[in-house]
Amino acid sequence: MVSLLLVFFVSLFFMGVVTRIRSLTSGRKGPSVMQPMWDIVRLWRKGSVYSTTTSFIFQLAPITYIASLLVAVLMVPHGSRAGLISFEGDFIMFAYLLAFGKFMMIIAALDTGSSFEGMGASREALFSMLAEPAFFILMGSFALFTGNSSFQGIFNGLYYGSHFSYMLGGLATFVLIIIAMVENSRMPVDDPKTHLELTMIHEVMILDNSGFDLGLIMYATHLKFAMYGSIIASFFIGSLPLWLSIPLTLVIQMFFAIVVGIMESFTARFRMGHNPQFIFILTSVAILIFFGVLMLLGRFM
Amino acid sequence: MGKTLFELINLLALVAIVLLPLVRKGKALFIIIIFLQLFLGSLLALHYLSFVLVYTTLIDICAVQNSFVFLVVWEIMALGTFVMVILDNHKSKTLKAGINYLIQSHIGILLLTLAFIWVKLETGSYDFNAITGFTSSLSASAGLFLFTILFMGFAIKAGFVPFHTWLPHAHPAAPAHVSGIMSGGIIKLGIYGILRMLMLVRIDMVMVGQLLLVVSVITGVYGVMLAIIQHDLKRLLAYHSIENIGIIGIGIAIGCLGIGHENPLLMATGFAGALLHTLNHSLFKSLLFYSAGNIYLARHTMNIDSLGGLLKEMPRNGYLFLIGSLAICGLPPFNGFVSEFLIYKGIISGIITSNSMSVLVILFALLGLVIIGGLALICFTKAFGIMFLGKPRGRPEPVTEDEGKSYPLILTALLILLIGLFPLLLGPTLVKVTALFGTARGVAEPYGLREAVNSSMIIGWYSLGFILLTVVIFLLRRELVAHRIVATEETWGCGYQGDNSRMSYTASSFVRTYRKLFSPLLNIHSSKEGASGLYPLSMGKETYPGDKVERWLIDKPLHLSKKLLERFSFLQNGNIQAYILYGLVFITMVILLPTIYALAASFIKILNQL
Repeated sequence: MVSLLLVFFVSLFFMGVVTRIRSLTSGRKGPSVMQPMWDIVRLWRKGSVYSTTTSFIFQLAPITYIASLLVAVLMVPHGSRAGLISFEGDFIMFAYLLAFGKFMMIIAALDTGSSFEGMGASREALFSMLAEPAFFILMGSFALFTGNSSFQGIFNGLYYGSHFSYMLGGLATFVLIIIAMVENSRMPVDDPKTHLELTMIHEVMILDNSGFDLGLIMYATHLKFAMYGSIIASFFIGSLPLWLSIPLTLVIQMFFAIVVGIMESFTARFRMGHNPQFIFILTSVAILIFFGVLMLLGRFM
Repeated sequence: MGKTLFELINLLALVAIVLLPLVRKGKALFIIIIFLQLFLGSLLALHYLSFVLVYTTLIDICAVQNSFVFLVVWEIMALGTFVMVILDNHKSKTLKAGINYLIQSHIGILLLTLAFIWVKLETGSYDFNAITGFTSSLSASAGLFLFTILFMGFAIKAGFVPFHTWLPHAHPAAPAHVSGIMSGGIIKLGIYGILRMLMLVRIDMVMVGQLLLVVSVITGVYGVMLAIIQHDLKRLLAYHSIENIGIIGIGIAIGCLGIGHENPLLMATGFAGALLHTLNHSLFKSLLFYSAGNIYLARHTMNIDSLGGLLKEMPRNGYLFLIGSLAICGLPPFNGFVSEFLIYKGIISGIITSNSMSVLVILFALLGLVIIGGLALICFTKAFGIMFLGKPRGRPEPVTEDEGKSYPLILTALLILLIGLFPLLLGPTLVKVTALFGTARGVAEPYGLREAVNSSMIIGWYSLGFILLTVVIFLLRRELVAHRIVATEETWGCGYQGDNSRMSYTASSFVRTYRKLFSPLLNIHSSKEGASGLYPLSMGKETYPGDKVERWLIDKPLHLSKKLLERFSFLQNGNIQAYILYGLVFITMVILLPTIYALAASFIKILNQL
């Protein structure tokens, strides 16, 4: 329950912080931290325009997208405190729910019959496929490390005994940050602020969405960031008491937002052809973590 | 012993039996029609007759406990399937695919025969139980060798890589209802065979598990990798059958490791996942094939790139295909997710509990299974998105959907959802079957087996919650936007307003990035016609997806042996005198050989005495 409230709370201003950081680094003052959220609220109050080519799927997709995300958020723990849904192997369902949302968004993009959106859909499908193994191997390694296979069990059993395990925590944070960037189609992989439809991934997929639906999709991005931030925070808070863990989570989320903002400000988007290589690095890092854990447990051979 | 497994597999056949006659309207008088047509001498009669025959054998194979009888029934099944496949026998392509299937399945039968005869020679019994005694008396490597022969024999039927090459030919060549039954039922017999043999043999299960795991991961990834680049919908689905066989194989392998390491959790999740996936695959794959059949009846093509916008013309078929696609991708809340979840859970607990080599192999399986899931998502967003969504390509004649044709599909879809939401219903059966693998080895029902399976089944409730949440948000949205202005416009084309149906995204473009990325592993020929001149009239590119394994394993050796045998083609010269000469030479040889042999033997004897 704590984690759920925290994720919703953070999702309100996460993108605001990112935008603010981007503004600050480029020497501008920037809009209020709440501005992105107000934009979404404005969208929620607007009417919509639908393409004549689209079918019911186009209207269904944003709903299933946000619903799948919400169920996934319910599984996110707060350190050793379980999320509302917690069972053995919950991170598998977590990943598959997100995949369900993605599936629907991809076919919604194809529903418009536009080549631009098809292009975005094609890239989204491929890149998210490439990012998936990293998440599973990461969770698999920590399952091996702690002997548990649920989010709660993993974060509960996580202990930092040696310097080596700190390194694993650091690597895991790195992998999760990049996964969050890929999943949300942010900077080194995709540039949401680009002016050319040909070079976008996520933004071009939702070219034809408007009004309430667009608001849902945009809020989903905020929620996804906050959700990944919460998982990253769980790596560090462990079983600290609430009065310590809640502020710590907020600080970590803030830090995460600042990192995202700085990354967005100082990196350029890769060429599309380089993206797969970049994303696949994540899997290699995750495998590295796995071997690290094997070594730590003395189970190598 | 083994009775429950038969029940489960029989259920599979039963589902097929119940579903299949429903494919066409009013086939309650199935048998009567067959006999009527037999009297009329129609070709269809043979088709229907083989249908019934294959059904019977599907059930018989699961009931037979004697390897000799087993082989006979297996043979009938192979022949019956061959007749079913070549319904369109006026097309040379169909006939070729059918003969390809016939030859390959007979190679499988040959391997099985060899293995069973070996057991018979050593033990003097054709009974299945003789295998148990025989393998426990054999040395470890010999036992493994026997199992490998048996496995290869069944793998040809199931479609494990590299024994899969008949599958992508036979499935598109056969009519859709046969493809559905082949993919849903017949190739599963290969899986049944492997499972049955695993129950009987007494060999090092850790070794078997590791080998099977590697083969299955390769099968799964290879199948889906090739599925993505296919242009023919049925060929795409055929490659997906290979992929799903890989997933089932991963489950079985995890179960074997569980037996080897005496880990009930691994055993339960592995075998239960594999068995459930077998049932699940037969459901969603038949749904997809039947749906493909309806598309074929409407549009007379299976080329994904020339279809488009079908959802508006055949909405029922479209949404049913969508359900099948989501289920085959293993996404919640459908049945594919339940079985894949079980297998995932097995893999994760395998990582946690097993040591040494097994961990690395299981990590490989985890990587494979995740990649399979991701690639399946690409494949089915492509298939569904391009065929059913967007605008129609070209100017096809409008079709009206025949409602009757969708009833059997709806029934299958309901079953898919039922298993997806209430997997607990199947829990007890799965536990019983899984326990057989333990009891067959003299181990009582392992503690925690029931717990392991049932605890995984709660995901059904969360899937249900997910659906409810979706419905709630949907209703909420409807309330909220009820009084808003809703306008319709053309799709945004960056300012371009003209007719853009020809500018729609194609399936080939959708998978282009993927194709480029994976091109070293694939075998794609392409021909390109570039733009030339000041006012180019036409340009185009065609890609022909090939199968690398088929090329190196089947085509190349076949080509070489053909070349070698061509050198002896002078023997077949059509000259009757020459043929008589061959006959004479042969008879002389037959008569002389023993004499020569006796002479040589006595000569050696004399030499020895010296």
